[in-house]
Amino acid sequence: MAADNTHSAPANPVDIPWDAVLEWGLALASTGLIVSGAIFVLAGALGVLRMPDFFTRMHAAGMTDTLGAEFILLGLMLQAGFSQMTLKLLLVAFFLFLTSPTATHAIANAALKSGLKPQLGPYKAPELSEIEGKTPSEGAH
Amino acid sequence: MVRYAIILALVMLLYWLTLSFYFEPLIVGFGIASVLFAVGLCYRMRILDSETVPYMHTMTTIGYFGWLFLEVVKANFAVVKAVLRPDMEISPTLLTVPTPQKTDIGKTMFANSITLTPGTVSMDIDDDGILVHALLAEMADPDDFVEMGQRAGFSVSEVSS
Repeated sequence: MAADNTHSAPANPVDIPWDAVLEWGLALASTGLIVSGAIFVLAGALGVLRMPDFFTRMHAAGMTDTLGAEFILLGLMLQAGFSQMTLKLLLVAFFLFLTSPTATHAIANAALKSGLKPQLGPYKAPELSEIEGKTPSEGAH
Repeated sequence: MVRYAIILALVMLLYWLTLSFYFEPLIVGFGIASVLFAVGLCYRMRILDSETVPYMHTMTTIGYFGWLFLEVVKANFAVVKAVLRPDMEISPTLLTVPTPQKTDIGKTMFANSITLTPGTVSMDIDDDGILVHALLAEMADPDDFVEMGQRAGFSVSEVSS
């Protein structure tokens, strides 16, 4: 202890309210996870709107059912604490991990088999000046 | 056969208990009855085999899913960046990824992992390999899939060539 310290050390060390710290930590962590999951879902929706063709849109949609859904589920698990709800959420996360790529593959395979040609090669979003004066539906293509 | 039936029944009973969480004799009795019915159906359909009840791969598969989740997180950021860029520079590419896995379940695991990773979707599978649609040209390097393929094969206890 430095000699010039005018404040004497408290006789009892400050009691840290560990319960409250844990509660706040969990609340913050789950809020962060749910918000970042929502951001991924939003980015996926934007991607579906912005991408040029069917197959590239599928990539954007795939984002929402991987990280978007998994982050939200993780956040909800922290909210639920250790209970039956957590086990159920774990099951949902596990089945989503198995079924969402299966569904994506089924859609992609169906599109390919029915003759839809993927648009390949470099693509850039059109400049605003290029689509000005067109109706939104024209501008999207 | 008997071993597969017992393990399937135990797993389904655990699943039932997780979903219901009532431990009264009547409700658990209903659960046991429906589990036995389902196992009986599986027996009649002759699908009680290592593919339906892949219990021997449980630990390696869980470990693989952990690794895969980290890969998915990494790939997600690349796709989010591509989507949110104002000029949205993408370069969709098709490529064929060879499948070193010998068993069907190993190939399924590999193709499913490719689809689960954002930016790559497996579109078709035949003897040459998996036809993959990649969102960005830099994701379309067959060498990048080698590690995932080996891990996917290993996760179902298969030694990849």
